[in-house]
Amino acid sequence: MNNSAKDSNAENNTQANSEGASDAVKKTTKKKNIKRGPGRRAQEARRQFLRSVALTAGVTSISLLGFIPIPSEGKRQKLRPPGALSEEDYLSSCIKCGQCVQVCPVNAVKLDDMDTGFGLGTAYIDAREQACDFSCDGLQCVLACPTGSLTHTLDYTHDTRMGFAVLDKPKLCLAVAGKGFKGQARGPDYEGLLRYEEIDRWNPILLKDHPYDVEICDLCVQACPIEQRYNQCKDGKFPSGDENQCPPERAIGLELIEEKNGVKHMKPVIYDGCVGCGVCEMICPTHEPSIVIDYDKLTKRPLSEQYIAKSKKGGH
Amino acid sequence: MNIYLESLVQLFGRSSRKPRKDELSPAAQKMYFYKKGQKVTKAELIALHDEHHKNSKNKWRKRRWMTLIAVNFLFVLSFSLDIQLLEGALTASRFAGFHMADLNSALQVMLAHKTVLINLLIGIVTIFILWFLLGGRTFCSWVCPYHLVAEWTETLHLWLFKRGWAKNYTFHRGVRAVFYVIFALLAIVTGYTVYEFISPTGILSRAIIYGPTIALVWVALLLLFEIFLSRRAWCRYVCPIGITYGLVGVLSPLRVTYDMTDCKHEGDCRAVCLVPHVLDLTIKNRSVDVEVGLGADCTRCGLCVDACPTSSLSFEFKGLTHKPEKQVDDRPLMPESKSDAKEEK
Repeated sequence: MNNSAKDSNAENNTQANSEGASDAVKKTTKKKNIKRGPGRRAQEARRQFLRSVALTAGVTSISLLGFIPIPSEGKRQKLRPPGALSEEDYLSSCIKCGQCVQVCPVNAVKLDDMDTGFGLGTAYIDAREQACDFSCDGLQCVLACPTGSLTHTLDYTHDTRMGFAVLDKPKLCLAVAGKGFKGQARGPDYEGLLRYEEIDRWNPILLKDHPYDVEICDLCVQACPIEQRYNQCKDGKFPSGDENQCPPERAIGLELIEEKNGVKHMKPVIYDGCVGCGVCEMICPTHEPSIVIDYDKLTKRPLSEQYIAKSKKGGH
Repeated sequence: MNIYLESLVQLFGRSSRKPRKDELSPAAQKMYFYKKGQKVTKAELIALHDEHHKNSKNKWRKRRWMTLIAVNFLFVLSFSLDIQLLEGALTASRFAGFHMADLNSALQVMLAHKTVLINLLIGIVTIFILWFLLGGRTFCSWVCPYHLVAEWTETLHLWLFKRGWAKNYTFHRGVRAVFYVIFALLAIVTGYTVYEFISPTGILSRAIIYGPTIALVWVALLLLFEIFLSRRAWCRYVCPIGITYGLVGVLSPLRVTYDMTDCKHEGDCRAVCLVPHVLDLTIKNRSVDVEVGLGADCTRCGLCVDACPTSSLSFEFKGLTHKPEKQVDDRPLMPESKSDAKEEK
């Protein structure tokens, strides 16, 4: 018995050595030769306990750093993909797998980084760089989402509410200034994609490969996926041959506006059918986009409130 | 105590204990009795070691590294070549259209979102069955990219440690269970998947598939901590994914099995192990039976199988592994059992 006990003790020590007992312990044994055996062990156990508490506190605090970049409730930090739940629900339910990224035909969906705190790994869209043009027709990202963060209650493109377009800088807008536009909408170096059904129904092409020439700039209206569907339906050609694909309302149009001082000019006006996809923001040829997607508006609009209520109720 | 219960409490951080003599099976008692006084010289051990490693050097490690790289590479290929075989990342994916969800990420999401997501359930069940069959923490060593990187930096740590340039502060293993509870509570209270914010598994997996991110700095800091201050600290003391899959693997048919017959109890296995407490049963008088499966915390990495000079540790899939017929141990049962009994009293 004694023998084997010694054996196992010796082995324990070898293990401790190979594991590497901390230097602190070695020093103590040198200095206080009297304090051996149980006393030393108790001291090491106490130290280990304190270290463990420090580790717990340290890692937990670091994990809570994720709070810092989160803005006040209800505000959207970024444009989220179609069908995204309200920001809080979206952040809690997204499993950060990026399957929505993988299915997008125009690579509009990207994943957030650590600078967005708990938003790390969640999907967003930078509309100015590459907007969602719904060229997949079937809301592929929504179908791909394994958690319903992009709610599965959506059936059609016009059901989505990603945000709401606003004419942010009317002074820059070419239409307001009465100007036309000729050339590549975003210049020769822009790599964004857009689908032109008359060119290729299935494959979006580079925006720079499709130059424009218009008397009064209406690129935002021309490119709007909702407007395109609306017009197709008006002509009796349903998108994908499905009448349900028809948007019930228009999204954007150029209107003749009369200012208070009597000056008349054209202006892009956004209607209730706008889903906030961001194609207008992407195509706007001014150096800064005159028209942008406002995410905060989302919470103020009756339509979107209904939509959020709906997605909260049966979204999962 | 039941070995499964024992392996469960060890998973939550309790140290292994020496079993009472009456807990040892008669066969084990007999074997330990005959091992008494058997001394093994260093030269003998080295000879055994050389003989063992002549043919199969790091066999399991090679297989495991290849598997781990292949799985992660399949994610990359599926996206970059759009072959749609394994879409997503390690947190959730589709294999040939089949939903799969990492159990820990799914748990975080459901606690934070406070909803049982039906879509996710399919993925959870698939992954649960898969890892139950394959051993639970097998996920850690055979799939998790952080494990591989940490394994490489561990080599560096050991090299530095030998020269006194790095320290190895140990922590109580129970902190991992504390972290498990903390991250579960944080998800419920804050409504954010807090653990996912710092999970090196998710961060690395996404970085491999979708390109580098700033979050990699955090992973690098973790590795530096492990290199200079504490060997394999994240996997050993923090990562809740380890506990989740450990629980899945408690009753798994696939495990590393210890056979004490030829064991020299020299401790080579424990020196290479990520979770050495599961190998404490290789210490003399610690194993309750001649053949025992390792506990749930074992990641089935096979480093000990490679290291063992006497082939006392081997992979086993219950009901499938055919072992060569053993020689019947016909030595008399405890010739000195009477005197032994006296000693006990």
